[in-house]
Formats: sequence, structure tokens, C-alpha cells
Amino acid sequence: MNRFRPSGVWVFILRRLLLGIVVLILVSFLVFLATQALPGDPARAILGRSATPASLAALRRQLHLDQPVISQYWTWVTGLLHGNLGRSLAAQEPVTTLLSPRLVNSAVLVAIAAVLSIPLSIAIGAWAAFKREKVFDTVSSNLLLVLAALPEFVVAVVLVIFFATTVFHVLPAISTVAPGSRPWNNWTALVLPILTLVIAVAPYVARIMRASMIEVLESDYVEMARLKGLPERTVLLRHALPNALGPVFQVIALNLAYLAGGIIVVEFVFNYTGIGSAIQEAVINHDLPVIQALAMLIAAVYVVLNLLADVATILVTPRLRTRL
Amino acid sequence: MSQVSGVAVPDAEVAPPVVRGASLLRRSLRLWRTRIGLALVGVIVLLAIVGPYVAPYGPSTPVGAPNSSPSGQAVLGTDYLGQDVLSRLLYGGRSILVMAVIATALGLIAGAAIGLVAAYSRNALDDTLMRGMDVIMAFPQIMLALVAVAIVGPHAWVIVVAIALTTAPRIARVARGAAQPIVERDFIAASEAMGVPRWRIISGELLPNTLGPLMVEASLRLTYSIGVIAALAFLGLSPNPNGANWGTMIQENQLVLAVQPWGAVAPIIAIALLTMGTGLIGDGIARTAAGIDRPRGEE
Repeated sequence: MNRFRPSGVWVFILRRLLLGIVVLILVSFLVFLATQALPGDPARAILGRSATPASLAALRRQLHLDQPVISQYWTWVTGLLHGNLGRSLAAQEPVTTLLSPRLVNSAVLVAIAAVLSIPLSIAIGAWAAFKREKVFDTVSSNLLLVLAALPEFVVAVVLVIFFATTVFHVLPAISTVAPGSRPWNNWTALVLPILTLVIAVAPYVARIMRASMIEVLESDYVEMARLKGLPERTVLLRHALPNALGPVFQVIALNLAYLAGGIIVVEFVFNYTGIGSAIQEAVINHDLPVIQALAMLIAAVYVVLNLLADVATILVTPRLRTRL
Repeated sequence: MSQVSGVAVPDAEVAPPVVRGASLLRRSLRLWRTRIGLALVGVIVLLAIVGPYVAPYGPSTPVGAPNSSPSGQAVLGTDYLGQDVLSRLLYGGRSILVMAVIATALGLIAGAAIGLVAAYSRNALDDTLMRGMDVIMAFPQIMLALVAVAIVGPHAWVIVVAIALTTAPRIARVARGAAQPIVERDFIAASEAMGVPRWRIISGELLPNTLGPLMVEASLRLTYSIGVIAALAFLGLSPNPNGANWGTMIQENQLVLAVQPWGAVAPIIAIALLTMGTGLIGDGIARTAAGIDRPRGEE
């Protein structure tokens, strides 16, 4: 690869894309094999102990369990690509029907949390760097350090205690979305889950932003901008901030990916009707098709966000392009 | 990796490798945050270890009416089944702590080995190992643990292996990143020329020189392991669903928060102090390591 060709960026993006696809294929092997390794017979699990051999055989044929593992995998993966995720064992309906409304609910939750937490944490981090070693920096740094260490479900239950059950009674402790309803129809129920997710993500982004901003503020070109007599506002917003954002993209994407896992616990705490609580229910019910589908979905989200992080980092950090 | 602005610690040239890890810990103790963190962790660990011996009742002994308020008989009141909250608190930390420490240690050993071998090999093995790590890292930690538990069952070893498995790639990335510049250094080439066996170079030269970043990452991972294991219990997936466990306690008593908050609040405080403590220790080590890595400026 010629490192000085302008198309280097595209080659890099293409390579990362291919790598992402390879990882996803390996992930699908892993998910399929893991769920295949289940002790016991899925057909018997569905039909129960009293099933006749004939009905067991019929169901096995229907589930393609009588075929070799490779062709079972192929059937599963092609179904996956066509949006056919199999039938839920517990709910006895197609996984897609079961999960699509929940997917929308979870997406709403994560999207609002992301839209709120990213600007907020960038602002906190940048301001802390600007006021380095002053009161705001000391207080925010220590607070964020402590918040970052708390597991999400602890944060969630503490918020419930404060705002819903014990100290104040201003917000609902349960955020179930009724069937046919949309999450935003009952927005007060969204406040605590979103607040939990914001607290779970913001500390990391803010800390990286602070570190990155400090490095930029100490650089020669910021010194230069100040010596030119530019107003501090311009120095901060036009010279420092854009340059400090490079490393932050990576962390933002990683944290959005992290939210995909974080919603499992947070949705469970608030009994929110999303894919996170669906995973918990599926695990308790041994509902393997649902687990397979959600594991693949969350892994895909993870891989795509990591890909975006790498590409965004390359695009906003020109000096990295030459190192491809 | 961490550019945490830290207290710059003066560095004595290149200290003998093995001393470096220990001295990093000792130096980090100069920071108040490390001391506070250590004190918090110490209190909670003591509570978890000694707790079962000093608990006034058994973890599952009914001692009064459900959800009764704190009284002389039950200092923190009773839970939703009428069991003593204080006794369950004293019993409920041990399994989380033991599982988290074992899982993190296994993940640390496996991850460090994989990362260092990958960095040292600099060939196809490097790519293969790190792509394998990417596959595991495509799952959030709790997702992989949930899949494992769904397939095999919520046994302690399943949870420990799942957490170790998801900890290893994250450690491996850090180990590889820290070892890569060291592999290029002259003293490695010198050792190779002297015919030192590869495993001796990896364990004797690379490992000691990457201990700083590894310790920072390990303390971070321990914080997460505690969180994930407690979260699994909170989701109803602990090895012993009826036993006392801080995560289980929070979930069981969440619905009666309005009546008797202590059943959930006491274990919340315990978990929060523990993870805050490990977080503070990790930050202390990170700050010290950042100072050591940049040998300029005085204290």
C-alpha cells in the first residue's frame, strides 16, 4: 500500500469494513455453535416430556435438526440475512414480531441518552480542562471518577430511591411501555432510564475529552493563537475544541456500543419494554432463538460502532492518515 | 494510553524491572485517592470475610414480620421474606468478591500472555490472536455472560469463566499496545542475540516493562467484574438463587423500597463503596504510572 496515495483513507476504510464482516461471520459461528452445544434436544424442550416419537421427529424436521450442522448453520444464517430469525420458544411467535416493537423502544432510549450525554460530557470535559486544577475541575473530575466506578443497576436503583419511592415521589419507578403504545407517549417514564444511561456513559467521554483538551491547550498552535491576541473564546471554540475531539470519537463510539449492553440491566430495573429486558426474559426461559437473534444483533451494533469510531478517528485526525 | 494529568513522580533512570511494579504500587500510595480507595476496599473485604462469623442470624432465618423497620432485634430491619437484612448483608459479599477476584486474575493472566505473545511474534500469529480477541470483544461483557449462563446454567464456574473470557481480550489489547514499543528496543535484540529463550524474553523482559499499564487495566477490570457479577445476580442469575448475595438482595427488595428501604439500600452501599474503592485505587495507580512514563519535572 502506498502510504502517500490520497486513496489510502479509502483502502483503510475498505480494509476495516472487510475485517468487520469477518468478525461478524466468526461471531455468527460462535453464537450458532454455542447455542448448538446446548445439552438436550430443542424439540423435546418445546413439546415437553409427553411428546410421541413421531411428533418429535416431525418437529425436528421442521426445525431442520435432522440435517448436518453445516447445513443447519447455513439455513440459520440465510434466514438471518432475510430477516427470518426463527420462532420464540416461549412466546410461540416469530422472533421478529416479538422483538421489532421492543427494538424501537430500546433505540429511542439509547438515542435520547446519546444525544443528551455526548454534548454534555464534551462540555464538562472541555470546561474542566480549561479550568484545570480549579474548583470546577477538581469537583467534576472526582465526581466523574466515582460515578464511573458504579455499576449501572446501582445508579438506577439509587435514582429510583431518590426520585420515585423514598425521598421524592416525582417520577415513576416502572417504565413499562404498553403494547401498541410508543415510549414518548409517556415521557415521564423515560426520565430515570435515560438519566441512568447518561450517568453510565458521560464520565468516560468527559474524562477523555478533558485529557485530550489539556494536551491541545498546551500545544504550540494554541499558544500561537493566544499570542496573536485572539479572544479566548475563539481560541477555545475554533482552535482547541475541534482538535481535541479526535480521540473522543473513539470513546463515544465505544460507549454507545457499551450502551447496547448497559440497556440489559437498566431496562430490567425499570421493567422497560425493550430488547434488554427481552434478553433477561429469554435467558430465564431458555428461549434460544431469541438469545441467538439478540446476541447477533448486539454484536453487529458493536462491530458497526467500532468501525465508525475507527473511520471517524482517521477522518478527523489528518496526521494519522499518513501512518496507514 | 491514559494521559491522565497526574502528579509527576520523579523517575530513577530505568529501575530494575521487577522493583518497578512494586514501587509503582508504593508510590501510588502517596496519593490520597489511593489511600481512600484502599481503605474502602479494605472495609468491604473485611465485612465480606468476617461477616458470616459475626452475623446475628443465618442468611435465610426468618426473624420477624416481612419488611419490618429497623429495631433492636433486627438492626437494619427485615426483608420481603422477614429475614434479617444485616445478616444477609454480612453473608452476601463473599461469593461476589471471590468470583470477581478469580475471574479478573484468570483474565489478567490469559490476556497478558496473549497480548505479550502477539506483540513479540510480530507476524501472522499476532493478527490471528488479536482477531480472535476482536470476536470476543464484539459482545458486551454481560451479553456473553448471559449467553453462557443461558446455555450451561448459572453455576459459579460458568460465570467466572465467562467474565475471565471477556476480561482477557481487553487486557490483551493493553498488554500488546504497551509491549509493542518495547519489542523494538535494543535490549530485546541483545537478549535474542545472547540466545535467551523466547518465553524467558517474554516473561523476564517484556512483562516487567508493561506492568504499569497492566496494573491500571487490571484494577479497572476488577471494578467491572464486580459490577457484572453483581448485575447477573440482580438479573436473577446467581449460583445460589436463594442464598444471600448483594445483587440478589437489591432485586428482591426493590419492589418494597417505599416500605422498608434498608433491604436494598444496605447492599447498594456495600457494592458502591467497593467499586468506588477499586476505581480510586485504579486511578491512583494510573496517575502514578503516567508520572513515571513521562520522566520529566519534579514532584
